[in-house]
Amino acid sequence: MNVFKRAFKELFQYPSAVAGLVIILMLIAIGIYAMVSIPYGEAIRLWRAGVGVWDENPRTAAPAWINLFRANDLPESFVFDTSKQPELKTVEETSGMNKYTILFTIDYPYDGFPQEIVLYFTSNYVEKQPHVGMTWITPDGREINMGSFAIGYNESWYASQDSKLQRKLGMVPQDGLFANPDLDTPVALEGTYQLRVDAFTFEADSNVDVKMVLFGQVHGLAGTDHQRRDLMVALLWGTPIALAFGLLAALGTTLTTMIIAAIGTWYGGWVDGIIQRITEVNLVLPFLSILIMIGTFYSTNIWLMLGVTILLSIFGAAIKNYRSIFMQVKESPYIEAARAYGAKSGRIIIRYLVPRIIPLLIPGLVTLIPSYVFLEASLAVLGLGDPTLPTWGKIINDAQGNGALYNGYYYWILEPAVLLMFTGLAFSLVGFALDRIFNPRLRSL
Amino acid sequence: MSEMDASIDKPTELVKLPKKNSFEAVARILKYSAVKLVMLFLTVVVGIYLTVLIANMGGYVDQIRRAQIREAVALTVRGDRQFTLLPEEEREARMNEMIAIEEERLGLNQPFIVRSFRYLGNALTLNLGFAEQMTSDSGSKQVRLIILERLPTTLVLFGTTNLLLFFLAITIALFLSRRYGSFFDRMIIALAPTSAAPGWFYGIFLILIFAAVFKVLPFGGMVDAPPPESPIAYGLSLLKHMILPVMAILMSSIFSSSFSWRTFFLIYSSEDYVEMAKAKGLTSREIERRYVLRPTLPPIITSFAFLLIGLWGGAPIFETVFNWPGLGRATFQAIGFYDTPVIVGITIIFSYLLAITVFLLDFIYALVDPRVKIGEGGSKA
Repeated sequence: MNVFKRAFKELFQYPSAVAGLVIILMLIAIGIYAMVSIPYGEAIRLWRAGVGVWDENPRTAAPAWINLFRANDLPESFVFDTSKQPELKTVEETSGMNKYTILFTIDYPYDGFPQEIVLYFTSNYVEKQPHVGMTWITPDGREINMGSFAIGYNESWYASQDSKLQRKLGMVPQDGLFANPDLDTPVALEGTYQLRVDAFTFEADSNVDVKMVLFGQVHGLAGTDHQRRDLMVALLWGTPIALAFGLLAALGTTLTTMIIAAIGTWYGGWVDGIIQRITEVNLVLPFLSILIMIGTFYSTNIWLMLGVTILLSIFGAAIKNYRSIFMQVKESPYIEAARAYGAKSGRIIIRYLVPRIIPLLIPGLVTLIPSYVFLEASLAVLGLGDPTLPTWGKIINDAQGNGALYNGYYYWILEPAVLLMFTGLAFSLVGFALDRIFNPRLRSL
Repeated sequence: MSEMDASIDKPTELVKLPKKNSFEAVARILKYSAVKLVMLFLTVVVGIYLTVLIANMGGYVDQIRRAQIREAVALTVRGDRQFTLLPEEEREARMNEMIAIEEERLGLNQPFIVRSFRYLGNALTLNLGFAEQMTSDSGSKQVRLIILERLPTTLVLFGTTNLLLFFLAITIALFLSRRYGSFFDRMIIALAPTSAAPGWFYGIFLILIFAAVFKVLPFGGMVDAPPPESPIAYGLSLLKHMILPVMAILMSSIFSSSFSWRTFFLIYSSEDYVEMAKAKGLTSREIERRYVLRPTLPPIITSFAFLLIGLWGGAPIFETVFNWPGLGRATFQAIGFYDTPVIVGITIIFSYLLAITVFLLDFIYALVDPRVKIGEGGSKA
């Protein structure tokens, strides 16, 4: 094992390899954080995006930090709910009629307009429906009457659907309510806005609650997709999945390939012949097409895909490389010595042949990892990702399917792509450095 | 010492030998190629048989076909007044009879082993059946026509790109091996790990930069819509659409290829016979051509072969990202339509393409590898 210790020490002499190792460690940390902070079942539930999971998120909102690079800031989302914040609601009791005054105060230091404003009214009554009136108060003191109506048990009001208000404001309400009246081009007026809801109930036990959701244009650290899902879930959970898939596929392929090459070289004759022929057949099998076929016909379960990937890669090009190295090792005196003391074939292969090649195999293994990480992403981009798992490739697939590049949602593709690139680059950098350490012929070149 | 002599003499002899008996050399290459072709054909047969087996695994395809037959029969029965007048049981019996006849006609009543060989025969003769949903541009439902229509566009894109890639990488590699340790050399070494990402991945970035942000190149597709009338305008439009895909593949492959080929060149130019040639006073050009390029070509061609095979495999996703109307995109569409015959057919075509690639490279290998010419036993590439 001294070889590995020395190799590890030497690795630190390559700045690129150190950078790669740091990135890999960071990715592992992200992976562990993801698995601890969002348990597996929870991640799947969140990604499935059932009713009520992401209702308060805006659609295809960019991450909040893009405001740092923008001249005119885009708004975040606001949520107010009187059933959770009773202090927003005051009651004036009069005979036979209660007046609730609900005041939402919105601190709005942005130049952009919200995507949508929605008010959800809930009330209880026996016969007489409560009545609500809404007033919008702008920072410059204008009061805009937004209309009034009677409400049922559950009622919702969408700003974008209110054509009456639209005619009054001269533009779509969610823009018009915020627009600066002194400017020709629509820009939001910064400052503190207030929405006052005056609700009248006509029964003793009748009550009214209002929830206001102002859907912004930016959301969180990662933004959201077309189903209002927070991309952070998939970005976080994509990390352990990508690492596990890449590592397991690379490890499985390399180890089995090596053992098969060792067996073929050791026994020679027809065993070797068959292995050679299988390798040639495998070369003309279209790898991705077969994976696509299996994904379409049977299942896109990630573990099945992993198994098929390993199976199709075992008899790959690497087998010829290993074979040529084993051919040399086979003739070494120490193998002859082992044979002389009567070691069985299995023992010679496992104890003497295989360990000799492991140092040569490690660089290949590390450089293989990114290709499998990208393979998983490729399958997802083709729509053959595991249907339940949130992965980086699936974000790209969704983004492609919704014309993210065409519509200017660059963050949607860039976030998973940058993570993929970092993963690929990190393993590749370490692999290249290892290649130079373990292949002395390359070291001087 | 004798070994060293041999290594000095060998290259000079190699250059002269073909001139002496070039006819024999040609005959050897032909024989070598013929043997390779037969071997490869057998390989393809086995490969396609495996593909057929995978496609039919679990009898899934049979299930679909049986369901189709039942549906078609039910449709005829429902549309026919004579049948609707019959009593329930008799109608059922007649329907089952019709289904049995149809299944017999399609051979579904035979055991799977027998059928699998018939499928193999059909696949080998490109008798790929009819698509369920997709049609070719001329409106045919024949899988063969759908595929043949899309094959040329794939070949245009990948052929151009690979030729460009090969010659560009070899030129860069030679250039770098001459300027070993220079700034460019170190730059390519530093860039080589970026080849971990596949072409489609760079494609997304390129589309973002050149199509979405700067709006100078198209997002995808092969020609403008509607396609230009004059051949020159058509060609120019095609070229414009090919810039980004070609760039994407080049970006993903050129650095690592140039890097590894440069390393081959450096290894071979440190051989003793190269030193000897230098001592003899040959020009560096001559040394490069005769003693460095010549022995390096076989391993370079092998590595290029694997690169090519990898690129073929990546075609479905690459063409999907660039909206290129080739075989790969047809695969993606077939997945969307769940069109079994097309998916199987394309898989078979891809294994043919791979086999042809392997054969062509073997042939080139025979041309450039001196050992094959002299006939020191067929080298197994």
